[in-house]
Formats: sequence, C-alpha cells, structure tokens
Amino acid sequence: MDPMITTAKTTPSLEDLAAQALDLARRQGASAAEVNTGLGAGLSVTVRKGEVETVEHHRDKSLSITVFFGERSGSASTADFRAQALSEAVMAACAIARHTAADPYNGLADPAHLARDIPDLDLYHPWSLSMEEAIDLARRCEDAAFAADPRIRNSEGASVTTHDGTDVYATSDGFLGTVRASRHGISCAVLGEDGHGGMQRDYDYASVRDPRDLPPAEDIGRRAARRTVRRLGGRQIKTCQVPVLYEAQVARSLVSHLVSAISGPSLYRRSSFLLDSVDTALFPAWVHLYEEPHRKKAMGSAPFDGEGVETRYRDLVTGGILRRYCLDSYSARKLGLTTTANAGGVHNLTVASGPEDLAGLLRQMGRGLFVTELIGFGINTVTGDYSRGAAGFWVEGGEIVHPVEEITIASNLRDMYKGLVAVGRDVDTRHNVCTGSWLLERMTVAGG
Amino acid sequence: MTTETSHNRNLDRARESLLAPAGIGVGEIDQVMGRMLGHQIDYADLYFQYSRQESWSLEEGQVKSGNRHIEQGVGVRAIAGEKTGFAYSDEIVLPALLDAATAARAIARSGREQTAPLAPRDGGTLSLYQPLDPLLSLEDTAKVALLERVEQEARRLDPRVTQVMASLGGSQETILVVRSDGVMAADVRPLVRLNVTVIVEQDGRREHGSSGGGGRTDYGYFLTEERALSYAREAVRQALVNLEASPAPAGTMQVVLGPGWPGILLHEAIGHGLEGDFNRKGTSAFAGRLGDKIAADTCTVVDDGTLAGRRGSLNVDDEGTPTQSTVLIERGVLRGYIQDRMNARLMNMAPTGNGRRESYAHLPMPRMTNTYMLAGQTPPEEIIASVKKGLYAVNFGGGQVDITSGKFVFSASEAYLIENGRIGRPVRGATIIGNGPDVLTRVAMVGNDLALDSGIGTCGKDGQSVPVGVGQPTLRIDGMTVGGTEE
Repeated sequence: MDPMITTAKTTPSLEDLAAQALDLARRQGASAAEVNTGLGAGLSVTVRKGEVETVEHHRDKSLSITVFFGERSGSASTADFRAQALSEAVMAACAIARHTAADPYNGLADPAHLARDIPDLDLYHPWSLSMEEAIDLARRCEDAAFAADPRIRNSEGASVTTHDGTDVYATSDGFLGTVRASRHGISCAVLGEDGHGGMQRDYDYASVRDPRDLPPAEDIGRRAARRTVRRLGGRQIKTCQVPVLYEAQVARSLVSHLVSAISGPSLYRRSSFLLDSVDTALFPAWVHLYEEPHRKKAMGSAPFDGEGVETRYRDLVTGGILRRYCLDSYSARKLGLTTTANAGGVHNLTVASGPEDLAGLLRQMGRGLFVTELIGFGINTVTGDYSRGAAGFWVEGGEIVHPVEEITIASNLRDMYKGLVAVGRDVDTRHNVCTGSWLLERMTVAGG
Repeated sequence: MTTETSHNRNLDRARESLLAPAGIGVGEIDQVMGRMLGHQIDYADLYFQYSRQESWSLEEGQVKSGNRHIEQGVGVRAIAGEKTGFAYSDEIVLPALLDAATAARAIARSGREQTAPLAPRDGGTLSLYQPLDPLLSLEDTAKVALLERVEQEARRLDPRVTQVMASLGGSQETILVVRSDGVMAADVRPLVRLNVTVIVEQDGRREHGSSGGGGRTDYGYFLTEERALSYAREAVRQALVNLEASPAPAGTMQVVLGPGWPGILLHEAIGHGLEGDFNRKGTSAFAGRLGDKIAADTCTVVDDGTLAGRRGSLNVDDEGTPTQSTVLIERGVLRGYIQDRMNARLMNMAPTGNGRRESYAHLPMPRMTNTYMLAGQTPPEEIIASVKKGLYAVNFGGGQVDITSGKFVFSASEAYLIENGRIGRPVRGATIIGNGPDVLTRVAMVGNDLALDSGIGTCGKDGQSVPVGVGQPTLRIDGMTVGGTEE
C-alpha cells in the first residue's frame, strides 16, 4: 500500500466549500465575491548516486476569497477548511474591505465574457505510481547519466514527481468552474569534472500531463549527461558585439519579458517600456505569436482564466505587429479596453517556428554566441534594459568551437525583438510559453 | 527579563496554541515518534507551525487591496543515513500526525516499532526579539494612513514622480520543534516590511527607484525616526539618478561596491557555496577547501543569526538549534560551513543553527541568516580616490549563483563611473559577473564603514523562500567583469 495521507476524506467537496464561503460573504453584506479553492496530492522521490535521498508526500489545500462591498474590496486565504477557519477568512476579507479605498474598476468579470461550457482539455491523468516504482524510475534515469560519460562523477540526483488536483473557481454571479489536472515529471542534474579541478552542472527534464507521454527515463539521464559534459572547459571570451542564438529553453524568457511588459498592471502603472505599443511593429514582419488555450494535454491549457472568462485562440503578434495587450478585467476596465482572458497569465503562448532546426540556426548565425543558460535578474521592464549572466558556446562557421562562461549579454529588449532573425522549429513544449530557439542580430557580450 | 523566562514563555505559548487545541500532549507525541523510530531511523522531528500574515498595497494614491492569510500545519520528517522521508498535514490532529509519520518512515523498510524515550528538555534559546504581533500593533486605518503618507512624501519631493507603489506587510509565526533526541524548542517570530517603488518621467523617458526595510519587530518601527518617509525619499532619489543615467560600460575593470546591501555579493558568491548540503555532496566549487586561502587577508566573513531584531535573525532555527555567529572566512582562510543537523552529522561537524524551512510543508535545508564582512581600516573616500577608471555600484537588484561552476551575477540598480578618483556620471543596466572561489582574492581594499542592509532580503533555494540579511563595508575589487552595452 502506498502510505498517502488520507485526512481529506471527511471534508466536503470543493464546490460545497466555495458555495459556503460565498454564502458567508453575502451574509456579511458583500455585494459580490469570488472564491478560488483547490486540493491536490503528490509524491516526489529523489535518488542520488543510486541511493534514495528524499521521499516527499505532498498535500496542498487552499481557499482564497475576494469580497466586494460596492467598489471596495478585500481578500483573505486559508489552508484550513474547517467551518470556523472558513468563517474567519471571510470575516478577515470583509474587515479589510472596510479600510480599502473605493475603486470604480473593481469587481467580477463581465458575465457576457464568462465561459458557458467548459471543454474537457484532457489534462487529468493521475499516475498510480508506487514509491518503489518512482524510486526505480529515478534510479534508471540517474544510472543512464553516469553510464553516458566517464567524466560524469557526481550528481545532484534524479527525481520523479507526480501531482494531481482539482481547482474550483466560483463567483456570487453564479459562475462555477471545476478543473482537474495532473502533472508528472522526471528530472536529472549531474556534475562533470574536466580533470583540472573544474566542475560543471547541467540538467534535463520532462514535464507532462499524462504519464504515458513521458520519454524513457534513461533518455533524460543521457541528455543531462551530454549537456553537462559539453560545458566542461568553458572560458571567457573578449568583450564584443556579435549575433546571439538563444536555445529554446532560454528563449522562452524573452517571451515572458514581453508578456510582463504588455500586462495590465505594467501598463496602467506606466512602468513598461511598451506603453502605447498596440498596432506598432515590435518584431520583423514574419513574426507570429498566438495563444492556444484549448490545446489537448498541454501544460498551459485552461478552459477559462482566473476570473472565469472564456479562453479561446487569440493572436498576440501578427505581421510583426503587436495586436493586443494581456489583460484581466480590472486592468482592462482601467485602460478602457476589454479583458483578453489573461487573468492569471497566458495559456500556451506560442511563437510560430521558421523552417530551420537548431543546427540550421547555428549555420545561419555563422560566427557568434550560442546561449544555453542565463543567470541573474538584470531586466528593467520600465526601460527595456537587459543585462544577464550567460553560459553557452562560441560558434565559428556554424559549428560549436568551445564552451563559454562568466560572461554577460546585454542590449535593450526593444532592439532584441526588432533584431529577431529566426525562430527554430526545435519547440520546447514543457511550459505555457512554447517557442523554438531565437537567433538575434546582435548583442553586447562582456567578458575578459 | 532573562533569556530563560523568555524561552519558557515561547514554549508555553507554542504548546498552548499549537498542541493544546488538538489535545496533543507528551503521550501523543510519544506515540507519533514511536511510529517512526526503529533501528533504521536515526532521527525524526515534528515541526508545528501557525502563522498569520497580512499585506496592504497602495497605488495611484489609494490603498485598494489588502490580504490576510492564515496557515497552520505540521511537517513530519524521518532520517535514515542520507535518506529523508517527509510528509505533512495542514490539520494538527493525532490521526493526521500518525498518517504522516507512517508515510515519512517508509524510506526505511521494516522499521521495528519502538517507543522513543522522550523526556522533553530545553533546547536553549536566545531572545533577539519580542513575541510581538505586528498585525495588532496598529489599527487597520493607521496602516492605510501610513502608506498614504509614504505616497504623499514621494509626490511632494518631485513633480516628475508619476507613480508611487507602496506595500506594507506583517506576519507572526509560532513554531514548535519536537526532536527524537528529546529536545523541544519554540519560537514566536514577528516580521514586518515596508516597500516603496516610484516611477519618474521626464521628456518621455521613464525610470524607477525602490527602497524599503523592516525586521523582526512590529509596525511601530516604521513610525520611529521617520523610517517610512525615509524609504520614500530614497526611492525618489534613486529614480531621479537613474533618469540621468547613461548605458553602463562593458568589460573588465575595478569595481567599488558601496556598504550595506551590496553585501549580496557575499551571499551569492560565497554564502551559497558554503552551505553544508552542497559541500557534503561535493557539488559546490568550495567542496573540500576548508583551511584554503580563498580571500584577501583583509576579508573576514560571518553568518550571524543572533543580531537583535534583524530580518535574517532567529532565536532558534527550524530544527530547534539556537542560532550563532559562524565564521565562514577568517582573514582570507575558509573556516566553516553553514550547517543544518543532517548535513552536520553526515560531515561530522557541529550544527550552526542554519536549518531553515519556508513552512511546515517544506523540508529544512542549510540556509543563511545574516551574512556580512567585518569592517576594515580604510575610509571609503580613500577607496574611491584610489580608482583611476572603474565602476562604483551602491544599490543592487537580485543576484544568482551557479554553485557548481562558482559563477555568480548581480545587477546594479544604482551605479556610477569613477574617473580619476572621482565619482562621475550615473550608469544604468550594469550587471556584474564573477567567480565565487576567486572573487574575494581580488579584494584590494576594505572600508571601515560596515553597514547592514535595511531589512529587505529574501533568499530562494530549491523553491523555498526565507528572509535573510546581508552587509559589508565599502570594497574595492579588481578585475571584475561588468556587463553593460557600451564597449
């Protein structure tokens, strides 16, 4: 038997809890209220150097409520579902609403935009994985990494995780939506030694909704080993201005910076370098970005957003031109616009790929820097200034020449978007932003 | 008040608020421990936690949102050799505790059940802060008024201020640790924080500046010495400096770091690499280097959890170990690691009071508290005057480190060029990158102006966030790589 914790058996359903909380809010005099509540369980196992390191049993549980008294609002949350705790949370939210300022843009989403029927997006595939099976899988993954190359001599371990849960969103307007979803992963991080005292670490992982879609654990281990070994012997390069190729898994961050700059709060606070940028050309004319929230089994899929607003296919950038912002109801009302179903974020925001794979992009770049890892937080969303630590490879004649480390790459995001040369078809689908590698025209590399 | 009475009071409070409502006494705890302790389990602990937190935020001149959060629960951990089993429950009731214990001990097969000889004894503790309740330390109307005053101050200072965002947060957390070696320890931890960010605009150009502070006290802290208003002034000053800033240079140069918050350098470049877990596993660039010279003679670095009222301080860590001041680097020589109980035991060292966790639902790990470098001899003006051409960085955003390769970066939010020994024009977008094991060997001068940060640090590791502090005197470091856009 798998020793999962089973104390949830006496609790009422999440839908009942949400209804109770909404009812309590109404009885406190709230004119409107919304409730988010969720319940999940999971198992996470890590094996290091062949031995079990940790076995963690997870159980998450939360309820948060926002109440509106006319134009005033307050919110509170609790992880305790007992009647008294629920009541205390509602009272706390109401108490806060007595002190906040009236804001005419406050309130629930416009009922006209709410999701009417909730499609099944095939997100729920629980994995009946025993602790022993999880350990075995993690061990096979790590063993494969060690076997892949003699320079792999140490490990941070291989992990297998599984999680499934249910989330409910309900409003006093009568919206009630339930989403069940699962998430499973295998990951491996190993260390290589170059024989001269230098060490490098890299990793690989898979993240899926359905355990049947996981690649063989051994493949992940071997990729982690390959990624690590190729970094051995890294060195600085001289300060220069060159083309830069972002590997898909780091290119994703450039899309996230865009989303952050065109999200409602950044715009109405005027703290974005992309104010008044709708209908302007941010990218070259061939660039296309779109959201596809109903993609089956995808990591960023959702039938409705964080406010119950119906999600659907929406373009973000076509012909290189930004077509809209990413808004929730509050920021949309403040900006005099309509919500774009982005309360809580984007859903499978996808960058349309060009014809080249990674090798093709390297050839296209010819001479420049191929970046596989970024560290640090040198992004200024107010000005677009960008400067981050990087590691990767120096490329000459379309071929990798040697690993590079201890450098920074800098530019301004506006120039980087304008200077996008190509997007690869090596799409990373492990997150809610899906893109291939990005080739950028030019950045400043600071080194020795 | 003596340390002893304060400790007993915390322990009594914790038992009363965490255990008594569930009818859990020594007998029940014995039963839970008994379920875990067999010959294959070396150690087990229970971590009970109750916390209340709130946040209020202001934008556009009004406090429009506020949030309160309550959480409680118990984490149950069993350790056998290098193996850890962990489970938790958000209900503090005996059946849930027993279930969690069964799940946690599953790492060791065939654990023969035996009752632990549990005679709760004093874990010993400090009294670095009072068991205050920040949430009750001000009326809600006064919290709102405080944020409004901060906003008005920022706007009053300069007409170019177009946006002010301010937030006030407070929490009180009561924790109780019960260990299989019989130690029972408790702590009641207040924490407050106030942050201000302003946006300034001139001729279509926009910039921002941020400031803030806090510590293990209540909201009264912000009302004394005009602290809250001083954060507003500092945020405006920084934003206006950045409005005048030109792009930072790129390349290798001499860098002078200001006192206080730039100590994030030590946190990233040194501190993480000295955490016990990475060193036990040999994954840190500092592994196996105790006794080696890794810094200039002028550098002595400590991690000190015992500073009264500081954000990174704790009376006891989350494993019930009293915090201490641990020398990490002594006059350039690597002397110690940052340890929790498990890694200390496996490395045959003493725990250093650095076993910390984000909550009951997370496993403890070796984490920093307040990490800083001791003051040197040189007046800061002399340090600036010694630089012909370089960068003077006084404020920073975030930083990050790869503990295996040792490479770290941190980004300046306020920096100036130094030309011929004088502070020159401000520059923006400067990121500094370096190599942890050798950066302190490049320290050429250490100032006599040690300062700690104002209480704003949060450290992330393996997805867990904990409050920390940093500090340092003015430092000159030669041959650092600065990543701007100007060649």
